[in-house]
Amino acid sequence: MEIEIDIKEIRTLVTAIKTNYGFDFGEYALSSFKRRLSRILEVYKFENMQKLTDRVATDKPFYELFLKEVTVNTTEMFRDPSFWKKMKESVFPLVKDFPVIRIWHSACSSGEEVYSMAIALKEAGLYDKARIFASDINEDVIAKALEGKYPARNMELNGFNYEKYEGPKKLNNYFKTNGDYAYMDLDLLKNVTFKKFDLVQGDQFQRFDIILCRNVLIYFNLPLQDQVIAKFAKCMSLGGFLAVGSKETIAWCKSAENFSTFSLEEKIYQKKI
Amino acid sequence: MNNFKAVVIGGSAGSFPLVVKILSSLPKDYPFPVFLALHRLKHIRNGFVEALSIKSNIPVIEPHDKQQIKPGIAYLAPSNYHMYVELGNTIALSTEEMVKYSRPSIDLTFDTASYVYKDKMVGVIVSGANTDGADGIRKSKERGAYTIAQNPDEATIKTMPDAAIKAAQMDHILTIDEICKFLVSIKP
Repeated sequence: MEIEIDIKEIRTLVTAIKTNYGFDFGEYALSSFKRRLSRILEVYKFENMQKLTDRVATDKPFYELFLKEVTVNTTEMFRDPSFWKKMKESVFPLVKDFPVIRIWHSACSSGEEVYSMAIALKEAGLYDKARIFASDINEDVIAKALEGKYPARNMELNGFNYEKYEGPKKLNNYFKTNGDYAYMDLDLLKNVTFKKFDLVQGDQFQRFDIILCRNVLIYFNLPLQDQVIAKFAKCMSLGGFLAVGSKETIAWCKSAENFSTFSLEEKIYQKKI
Repeated sequence: MNNFKAVVIGGSAGSFPLVVKILSSLPKDYPFPVFLALHRLKHIRNGFVEALSIKSNIPVIEPHDKQQIKPGIAYLAPSNYHMYVELGNTIALSTEEMVKYSRPSIDLTFDTASYVYKDKMVGVIVSGANTDGADGIRKSKERGAYTIAQNPDEATIKTMPDAAIKAAQMDHILTIDEICKFLVSIKP
């Protein structure tokens, strides 16, 4: 039987985490955060929120685990193929003459979009001049990305997305399957640097021409979304591109004033010059 | 009946003509938001909302994340996202794991909507080929929501209303025509 979680209990947990570790979940979107908590209660067999709160507050290794469990890591290669097509057809031509193309995957999860970007750049003949920075708050998913090993059953969907994207090859040109796993061609990571980074509290000192932040902001409330968008605006080259998820929008954020809409349909924004 | 704030409808296989019928029977100035959690083909992002709009008297939209909720609008859960009702009168989207092989998940829309609206919500489960929605409508019922299942004898595929009826004591089991009448009759 699922435990009903009260908002007051969520606030107590959020306060305990903030007091003990300085991390603030207070501006996470409540419905998804609550659902993550339900899942953790169930998976780790806590009787109630109080027990979870006590454990998180007093057991640092468990808190680290909690952080990983509470973040959402579902992703696909070439998710929203029409988005990737837009990148290929409209964004790449505008950056192709740059001496270096600097790209940031700001919450890279297990790396599927990093590989997608690498493949798209390679096929456009732009990979060698690309410098890709990929970060996530969760080092376990970064380790997965570095290993490039994915369940073979996922490759059907990934390949289907790649076909819709109208890639010139087959996705299986870029991986080898062995048993239940697909192993990505690790040459695709030659120009990729991975790093643990907290999008909410971290400071970014590099500058980027393209930033991907797809389906991350949905887990934040509007003030926090605004804060993150403002952070992006500060570390982008003029005319640089910011991509969010197909059903995310920066329109309701004050920091949207730094951007113009490049593609409304694919949610690509451009830093104003 | 009055004192309601929102209508939530869940359906899957066979539900499309039913939802069209419901939307075409609601008046233009319908006083509630209508949340539509319908299973859909994952990779067809466009088309569905247009198809539902043709005969609808109220606008049908696929909301963006954190979109304000307004009465008289039908919010269709977008392809490949879960659709949640968030406190503060907004919609939140999520790409969390599929639930019962589904994203959007009917259970999750019902769960989050009933958490916010409690006894001010009407939940309706219509035709569908799996049991998604049953847990959601059970929780909705526990939180005081008014619950309706389409009469399984009438449903194109009865698995979904059957599962809902099994999961919780429905307030009503109705034909689609009766569902339309009921939804038009309720007041804020």
